[in-house]
Amino acid sequence: MTRQKSRSYGGEIIDLATPSPEAQAPVGTTTAQPRWTHIHAPDVRATAPASGWRGPRRELKVFFSNPTALFGMVFLLIVALSAIFATLFYPGDPMEMVARPFLWPGQNGDYPLGTDSMGRDVLAGILHGARISLTVGIAATLLGLSVGIAIGAAAGYFGGMVDDLLVKLIEIFQTIPSFVLLVVLVAIAQPTTATVTVAIAIVSWPTVARLTRAEFRAIREKDYVLAARSLGFGHARIIFREILPNALPPLIVTSSVMVASAILMESALSFMGLGDPNRVSWGSMIGAGRDVIRTAWYLTALPGLAIVFTVLALNLIGDGLNDALNPRFSEDR
Amino acid sequence: MSAYRRIAGSVRKTVLQAIPTMIGIVILNFFLLKLAPGDAADVMAAESGSATVETMAALRSRFGLDNPVLVQLGHYLNNLAHFSLGFSPRYGMPVADLIGQRLPGTLILMLAALLIAIAAGLLLGSLMAAFSGRLPDRVISVVSLLFYSIPGFWIGLMLILLFSVKLGWLPSGGDSTIGSRLTGFPAFLDRVRYMVLPATSLALFYLAIYARLTRAAMLEVKSQDFVRTARAKGVSPFVLTTRHILRNALIPITTMAGMHFGGMLGGAVVVETVYSWPGLGRLAFEAVMARDFSVLLGILLLSSFLVIVANATVDLIQAWIDPRIGTSR
Repeated sequence: MTRQKSRSYGGEIIDLATPSPEAQAPVGTTTAQPRWTHIHAPDVRATAPASGWRGPRRELKVFFSNPTALFGMVFLLIVALSAIFATLFYPGDPMEMVARPFLWPGQNGDYPLGTDSMGRDVLAGILHGARISLTVGIAATLLGLSVGIAIGAAAGYFGGMVDDLLVKLIEIFQTIPSFVLLVVLVAIAQPTTATVTVAIAIVSWPTVARLTRAEFRAIREKDYVLAARSLGFGHARIIFREILPNALPPLIVTSSVMVASAILMESALSFMGLGDPNRVSWGSMIGAGRDVIRTAWYLTALPGLAIVFTVLALNLIGDGLNDALNPRFSEDR
Repeated sequence: MSAYRRIAGSVRKTVLQAIPTMIGIVILNFFLLKLAPGDAADVMAAESGSATVETMAALRSRFGLDNPVLVQLGHYLNNLAHFSLGFSPRYGMPVADLIGQRLPGTLILMLAALLIAIAAGLLLGSLMAAFSGRLPDRVISVVSLLFYSIPGFWIGLMLILLFSVKLGWLPSGGDSTIGSRLTGFPAFLDRVRYMVLPATSLALFYLAIYARLTRAAMLEVKSQDFVRTARAKGVSPFVLTTRHILRNALIPITTMAGMHFGGMLGGAVVVETVYSWPGLGRLAFEAVMARDFSVLLGILLLSSFLVIVANATVDLIQAWIDPRIGTSR
């Protein structure tokens, strides 16, 4: 089962234990590893939690010295701010008619991006649309990550029958074309923001589960996990305190790409008319602008650019994270 | 071990693995669709606008919708065992025929998109690897990331805007000129003209993935010993790149291409809606809107089956490209 390769990330185990003291993994488990032979069991219990979380300083430095990743961060920040302050700039309902229809961008200073076929302000729509895209993207990713990690961890950690069953389940979900499943799920559950979020999480957890399972299977065999097991730590403690922190880097990289693809899926759904009908979203704006593309193409182009740049920013951040958390790859870049 | 036996073993293993997956998918889809509010009889009644309780009941019993869920599932499985996908109340024809009509359109579209994506992706990826770290590499890398971020339906609309509305070079929708009596090569050219835009819109996303994959795989292969040996032997740079590096770099790309089959089918749903391309994706969308469960079940089942077939094909291609694979797995 070597199928699952998420983009440039090979799915290998990442050994963060480089000589510099800053490069230690979040929880002090790797601290104990090199010195293991000199340490008596009770000391591990005493020192491991005490060493605490020193912060991934080297990774942050690499990430913030990457110009494209910084560009992504800045743009995402702008999108997030416009989502937060959308109600401040445009307190009214963005679906309300405010001016005469088909004002082109720049024609009237009050409506810098023009108005659509119903006389609604395009800029207000784009700012309010940022809310939907970001909420759905982030919420669906968090949900998908938790489900995927839970299932992948159980499969990878316990192995045997549990593993066989869960792998079969993952395989079933990965075989069904995910966007077709997504359309069916949303159509069944009636489109609202909540159902769209849950549906996107349902189609995106298998990727996370596969990745988590691969990491857990590799890390399970490491000496420090064996040590933890021989000390009599419970399953929960070994999974959450020993293995999970060391399996996190690839999951962090995946999560930013997941937000990007969740935003793409949400926009495709609402473009097809399967979005929340009571809220304005970038996809639904494109869907509405499509009918008048011959006369007023800016109605299709502008919300599309908002999607493209937001998704691009997230992908740039994902690349930056990959470089920072996976030193092996950063060398040949 | 002969290549034939290797491939036969691979086929047997794939088939054995696929059967439980298929059964799981059938049952999952069936219960999923049973959760849906409103059934086909509701939709037909709403469309006719003059349904009484009695006609509704008659419709339900005619299509077996009034039986217990487990009985309905039993009927469905029984029909499947006879290769029958059921009857569509909405279209008034067997689901298998309906899907059979639309399937070729989607397959042609996907194949064209896949060819464009792989060809252009290999080319761009090789260029990136050849100029690794220099300006062309960075420019192509940004462009490919941009392709990766563009929603397929939006680039589809923008391509229509540019090539159909503004320039008038290519048609904006459909799959061939209506009423034309072209045959032979001109008919083929006519169809190609209709296919360029949808296939390109579908391909861009995957093109970006293949370009990045090719680059990474080629850089990895390049640093291996056998490449150095070949270079020392005096193999020309072109032959070195195509025969020695690219061939070995193809393995991750074929793996991904197989995995992307399902994703591409999903992408086709949206792209077909944009270009009113008469394919499976558009049928799926219409079926969802009309709550036509038997059609939807058929499409979900068939597309999952196609994904399994695609994965098996990839396994075979890999066993053919790389003799090591069949023996170790």
